[in-house]
Amino acid sequence: MTAIAPAETASRLEDQPGSDRPKAQKSPYPYWFLVPGGLIFTIFFLVPSVMAFYFSLTRWTLFDQEFIGLDNYVQFFREPALASGLWHTIVYAAVTSGLKVVLGMALAVLLTGPILGRGFMRSVAFFPVLVSTIGVGLTFQVLMHPTKGVINQALDLIGITGPAWLVDPDWALLSVALVDVWQGVGLATVIYMAGILSIPGEYFEAAKMDGAGPWHRFRHVTLPLAKPATVSVIILSLIGGMRKFDLIWAMTKGGPGFTSDVMASVVYKQYQAGFYGLSTAGNVVLFLLVIGIVLPLFWFFNRKEDPR
Amino acid sequence: MRLVTALAAGTLSLALSACSAGSLGSSDDEGGGKTEITFLTNNDPSNVKVAEAVIAAFEAKNTDVDVKLDTRPQGSEGDNLVKTRLATGDVADVFEYNSGSLLQALAPQTNLTPVTGEAWVGDLDPTFKQVVSAGADVYGSPWGAIVGGGVFYNKPLYTRLGLQVPKTWAAFMANNAKIKAAGVAPVEQTYSETWTSQILVLADFHNVSAAQPDFAEKYTNNQAKFATTPQALAGFQHLEELKKAGYWNDDYASAKYNEGLNAVAVGTAGHYPMITFGVPALDTAAPGKVNDVGFFALPGDDASRNGVTLWEPSGIYIPKSTEGGELTAAKRFQAFIASPEGCAANASAAPVGGPFAVKTCTLPDTVAPAVKDLSAYVDAGAASPALEFLSPIKGPALEQITVEVGSGIRSAADGAKLYDEDVKKQAQQLGIKGW
Repeated sequence: MTAIAPAETASRLEDQPGSDRPKAQKSPYPYWFLVPGGLIFTIFFLVPSVMAFYFSLTRWTLFDQEFIGLDNYVQFFREPALASGLWHTIVYAAVTSGLKVVLGMALAVLLTGPILGRGFMRSVAFFPVLVSTIGVGLTFQVLMHPTKGVINQALDLIGITGPAWLVDPDWALLSVALVDVWQGVGLATVIYMAGILSIPGEYFEAAKMDGAGPWHRFRHVTLPLAKPATVSVIILSLIGGMRKFDLIWAMTKGGPGFTSDVMASVVYKQYQAGFYGLSTAGNVVLFLLVIGIVLPLFWFFNRKEDPR
Repeated sequence: MRLVTALAAGTLSLALSACSAGSLGSSDDEGGGKTEITFLTNNDPSNVKVAEAVIAAFEAKNTDVDVKLDTRPQGSEGDNLVKTRLATGDVADVFEYNSGSLLQALAPQTNLTPVTGEAWVGDLDPTFKQVVSAGADVYGSPWGAIVGGGVFYNKPLYTRLGLQVPKTWAAFMANNAKIKAAGVAPVEQTYSETWTSQILVLADFHNVSAAQPDFAEKYTNNQAKFATTPQALAGFQHLEELKKAGYWNDDYASAKYNEGLNAVAVGTAGHYPMITFGVPALDTAAPGKVNDVGFFALPGDDASRNGVTLWEPSGIYIPKSTEGGELTAAKRFQAFIASPEGCAANASAAPVGGPFAVKTCTLPDTVAPAVKDLSAYVDAGAASPALEFLSPIKGPALEQITVEVGSGIRSAADGAKLYDEDVKKQAQQLGIKGW
């Protein structure tokens, strides 16, 4: 092998859409070709989005609405559940995202290594991703029952008194986050496996020749070259974590009290209560929050990836 | 106001043999000349059983009408479905929906057919009539029975320990101390189903209005607050006091409603604050133990004003979109439900949790002791409607707040203050003057 091949591969890995933007081209289709797609986009996406922004400025009962300017936003930010909900959202997103990066990487290293029944093990790691989230939530609700649940009974056997998990105010949010990690780590693993498998074997050979141990090969070859995978995992799991709702609702409904309420469940409860304008405002805020956190992160990672 | 909808959810839990809505009342359309109307109610299995029985009895008497049963989810989800269908003119010809404050959210004047002049309206219990009215008009007939909020207690345990039914909070706490000393959990709480946590606050309303008759009005006008009215704050304080005294069952945080009913019926708990719509479910939760459960009103400070807080049944309404022959048929169906035959059909399908809201209906002799205990308060006039029937405003987050206070996460004073904020939001949403 020549020394050129790895460099080429590396630069291919680092190719991002932003780095060589295609020149503005004349569309090969006449404009009327765009009409059906444009119509669907306008009716089902553009109009509802604009209406959502409008209704977030009203007090709306489905039967009539009253324009109240920014009052909903003022009210939303005054909401006592909001401050804690916001904090829970960030904690939840950070915990799930962090654990998915660490565990996903560890699993991917394991599953790309020379182990027995690799194909089977890979499928098993991915299975939870395919299961219905509500089903997972309800199952774990039973498993995590403080006295009758399998988890605490197992802990009892080895002499540990487990926490009350979902019904302990200090543990509720964390319990849901752990289940989320269990369910979602398979996806992170697959992304990492793709990242690791695309690293040319020559790097590992060369590192070995130079006397690098397994840790050094991981730290200085795998980790840096799997960085695009890390970026994808972080961004995807952060977005997923911040707008997580189904699992939390199935497991705790934001409880006990408000101790595992996140933005999405606060908004949902407002819809339930018939505060349509207020909850629409909440959704707009959630949308801005996700954008406000993810976009800068995206730029940050992309910039770091493009040192040349 | 999830409590009222929990009414439905309360009776429930019974009869798990769910009949699918599709299989109901589907006689052929070929029977020419029949008027077909659709009746929409919630999908709780025992409620569906009642609906089927009432429809069968109605069709037996009115052979020219074919009633199709349609069901919707319970709770807020179902409420939203009804609202959406009403807003789009797509609701059933006649439907069941909450009475009281939630009814006001349907804007009855614009969306429902007034039935003020109908003959059966005169037979309605006056309080019920008030909670299905808007402005000067009446809109609904009663679906089910009036139920009372208070405390279920285990009668054998009371006999064994020589306890008396308490008429003051102090006497109640003294009973709890003795029950605890006997090694039994004094008070059952079931926070896995959050709506059950509100009873100690909501069912205390008789005591609030006994001390301050104009509380409901002042509360609606933004002049009285839970946090600053001692009698109203008491409900929250009771939760805090019981928690601090260690009187809850050990698994209060994870226990479910049915486990609570079971505990008080078999005597692993002395008391369970609940509404009597739980009576039918008692038999499923603890078969054969219904007669071991008694009921008393939530005690307040003053024994002479001891009385019970009542929840009115939900209503049967006709939307403005129902016209012509369907309207006539729907009105006959609505009237049938408010007649003795309607009540009898109801009672034949499921045990009742309290007296009917129609004067011409009587309770069967076989009712459970807890229901007899409730009727005694009602007959003695020692009863007030719950706040949600006197005021259109009930904050939606009460159940989370009471879970927090009852779990020791938040103090009673803080909880009451937070609830006042919640109430304010609801009042503004409803566009009530003075907020």
